Formats: sequence, C-alpha cells, structure tokens
Amino acid sequence: MFLPSPWRQFFPGILAFAEQQQVWLDSAATAQKPQSMLDALAQHYQQGVANVHRAQHQPGERATRAFENARSSIAKWLQADAQDTLIFTKGTTEGINLLSQALAHHLQAGDEILISAYEHHANLLPWQQLALARGLILKVLPMDTDGHLDIDQAIAQLSTRSRIVAISALSNVVGHKQSLSALLSAARKIGAWTVIDGAQAAVHERPNLQQLDCDFFVCSAHKVYGPDGVGLLFARERAVPALRHWQFGGEMVRHCDYQHAEFLPAPLGFEPGTPSTANIIAFAATLEWLQSLDSQAIATHEAALHAALLQGLQARGMQIIGSPNCALVSFNAPQVHHADLALLLGEQGIAVRAGHHCAMPLLHSLGLAGALRVSLAMYNNGDDLQRFFAALDQALEILQ
Amino acid sequence: MNQLSTTAQQAIDEFQACEQWEQRARLLLQRGAQLQELPQTLRTEDNLVHGCETRVWLLLDREAVPPRFQAASEARLLRGLLALLLLRIEGLDAEQITAIDVTDWFAQLGLSRQLSPSRSNGLNAVLIRMRELLDNL
Ligand SMILES: Cc1ncc(COP(=O)(O)O)c(C=O)c1O
Repeated sequence: MFLPSPWRQFFPGILAFAEQQQVWLDSAATAQKPQSMLDALAQHYQQGVANVHRAQHQPGERATRAFENARSSIAKWLQADAQDTLIFTKGTTEGINLLSQALAHHLQAGDEILISAYEHHANLLPWQQLALARGLILKVLPMDTDGHLDIDQAIAQLSTRSRIVAISALSNVVGHKQSLSALLSAARKIGAWTVIDGAQAAVHERPNLQQLDCDFFVCSAHKVYGPDGVGLLFARERAVPALRHWQFGGEMVRHCDYQHAEFLPAPLGFEPGTPSTANIIAFAATLEWLQSLDSQAIATHEAALHAALLQGLQARGMQIIGSPNCALVSFNAPQVHHADLALLLGEQGIAVRAGHHCAMPLLHSLGLAGALRVSLAMYNNGDDLQRFFAALDQALEILQ
Repeated sequence: MNQLSTTAQQAIDEFQACEQWEQRARLLLQRGAQLQELPQTLRTEDNLVHGCETRVWLLLDREAVPPRFQAASEARLLRGLLALLLLRIEGLDAEQITAIDVTDWFAQLGLSRQLSPSRSNGLNAVLIRMRELLDNL
C-alpha cells in the first residue's frame, strides 16, 4: 500500500510516535499539531505577553492587535462575511452550550428542537437539558439504512413550532458527510435557527459559510490540527441579535454599577474573562498554514486512505456502521467484543478508539455495546494502514 | 501486604514467563474462560459496576465464609483480569481485601499496561465497588 503523505514531515508528534512504534489512527478525537502551530505558540510567549482589550501599554496593544488579527484571519478561513460575528469559545462543546443558553429565552413550552439520531453528546445534551427545563420537545431526526440523515423525513418533521435545528455535518461515528442545504433552507423558511456542529467536518474540508446557509456554526481547534482549549462560534449577522448574554465577568461590560450592568455586543460581550490568547493566535497560524497547502491534494490523499481502509475492513468481514464516505470508519469484528480488540491493537501500538464515541443513544439504537473507530488525517499514510491491518489480523487470530 | 497464596504465586510465575504480548493475551483469555459464569439473572442493573465503559457485574456472596466475590464481563480479556483480581483476594477477609494494592498486583503479573488510568477498562472502578460492598457487609 504505497500512499505516502507529503505532509507527515510537518508534524513532530507523528514523527515522535513513529519512533515509539505508535500509529495514530485516532485523529477524530484529536489531531497532532504542525510545526507552524508550535512555532506560533513559542513566538507568542517569547516576545512577552499582555492581556488583550484592556491595557493602554504597548504590549497590551500589540497583543490586542494580534488577537483581533487572528479573529479576522479565522473568519476568512470560514469564508464568513465581514458583518458576521466570530465568538471564541473553549471548543465545540462550549459553543453549543452557549447557544442553548443564549437562545433559551426565545423558547416556550411546546416549542421544538430538532437534532439527528447520530449527534455527539455535545450536540445532544445541551438541547436535551434545555428541553427538560423548559418543557420543549426534542425531536430526533431518523437515519436511513446507510446511517445517513434522511433529509426528506427531516424536512417533513419541521413544524411551525420548530425553533432550532442542530445537526452535525459529519458524524464522528458514521463518518458520512451530510448534504444539508435542503434541510437548512426548509428550516429557515419556517423561521427556525440552524446550528451546524462542524467539529468533524471542518477538519476534512474548509468550511464555506457563504454556501452553508446556517445561522450558527461551531468547531474545535484541537481537531483541526490546532491547539487545545479553543473553539469558535460563527454567528451570521441576521442571527446575532437573538443571542442573550450567557456568562458574565470582566471585559464584557459597557457599564456596570452594583445593581445593574450593560453589556457589550458580540463578540466581546460573549467572551467574558481572559481569553486563551496564545492558543487563538496559534490557531490562526495553523489555519493559515493549512491554507498554504494544496487542499485538493490533501482531499485526494485522505480519500485514497479512506477507500483503502474501508476495503481492507470489508475484505476481512468486519461489520461496518453505515456507509462512511469520509475520514473514519467505525466497525466491529463478528463475535468479538470491541474492548478486547482495542486492547490487543493497543498492545501492538495501534491507537484507535473503542467504545460508544460519545454517542450512546446512536449505538444503543443500532443494538451495539460499542464499536472500534479508525480515523484518518492528512499525515497518515499507507504504512499506518498496513500496520493497522497486520495488528488487526494478529488480534483476530488470538480472539477468534 | 498480604502473603500471596500458592495459586497467586503460580499466576505470577506463569505470566512472568511470557516473553511476548501474544502469549500474555492467550494466557489472559484462558484465565477469563475459567471465571465462573454469572447467570443472566444476576446480571442486573444493581450489580453493574458504574464507571466501566465495558459492562462489568460484581456481586458479593454474603453467605460464604469468608465472603466471596463473583464477577463477569462481556469482554474476554477483561474477564481474565477480573479472574486474576478474584484470585488475588481469594480467602481474604474484608480488611485484607481493602489493604490490597491492585496496581502492585498487576505489576507483579506484568500486566500494568492493562490497567490504564482511563476509565475504559474500569478495573479501578471494580475495586472501588468491591470496597463499597465490603463496607456494607
Ligand atoms: C461531532 C462532534 N461534535 C462535538 C464534539 C465535541 O468537541 P469538543 O470536545 O472539542 O468540544 C466532537 C468531539 O469528539 C465531535 O466529534
């Protein structure tokens, strides 16, 4: 299997793993970091730090400029309009929690929130808990037999009480890129807010928020080769006024007395406290580096790896969840517990994920206690897959 | 530290003799296969150990003297680890069981790596549950 990755050399973490005989096939959980990100982090700290948005001194001004430049740069990566807003969060999870609270005051008992059957807990629990607290109806949109969202059914489920539609563009279990435009425009017609969980999708295709007509889009830096603890919430111009301030503290107020306060508008009004300045700057640097690469070549490479992965698993009679077409494959070996297989792969230096993948209701509805997931990134190569398959064969020989 | 029983010492000798992970895995599977089956009727929600991603059932036979644990898991390697844990506490009283250093026991067996700090295999959760059951004796 000759599928070299020309980008592997830029990821010190992958090279370090290779020296330890470790194969990283768990990038859907978190991705390794390119040298450019490490350099940006080091450079930021080495030149001296300061808070953003508060100090009058020169280091503070410099930090603020770098921080706001990062915001513009990331907005450009998203292909957002100048009027749209980019709010920094800790990650996808926080972005969705923010939305569930910042939109809550619009919702009344009997209103509906729609999600898909394959959502990560991060795009289920905030809505579920909101629904429980306010007497809302949480509608779960069904999948077809391929494990894809059934768009016609989803549109048929929309009603005049539908207020929020929150869907992942790429499931972290099924690995299927959803085309959502029909659903998004139907939701928009009836006046529901649309939220896209882009945690997985953003890694494998640069988001285009000109085309993806949602109100809100969230993702996490650490999955897109960026630093930990940073995420973004894109809010389209038309949707920003709907958000009510949700967390309170320093740097978000216009005016404050003991009994009352007035808050800044988005984004600053939604970023109370000291932000993760270094990481945000390093995230922008990561994305700039990504954009300097040949995205078509990366997509082609990832598709070839994915096809080889799928083919090898099918040839071995593995039970694959759905019909994955991107980035990852989840599967079980017949008659073998996923935890046993994961342990023996681990023994052989293969890092894959096993369990319910933070999608317990999905696995439960499929009648599975868990599954293994192999996930790919631009730095993986044919050797990684070969080593995985050799280890899989060994493990199965012992277990079957 | 409790004195190791003969069978426990035998287990150590056996596992220490393994030079490759395949041998260790096969041995672990054998141990798991010897673990007494837990009837479906006892695989209840109440007997489930929380904190394991893989389901593990644990119960304490209070009638037995000294009290005796029974354990089960759907994963075969984990069943092997459970068997080894039960082997270690065989014949011990509550106080002695609580005093056991599980990490040390699995280290002696050369199985430290199986005891990952993540919750995924849950042996630590099993031990905590054992202590709870013993406390309520
Ligand atoms: C589809 C999806 N949504 C949300 C999340 C949560 O992301 P984070 O843990 O970075 O907040 C993940 C992470 O696994 C994911 O795969």
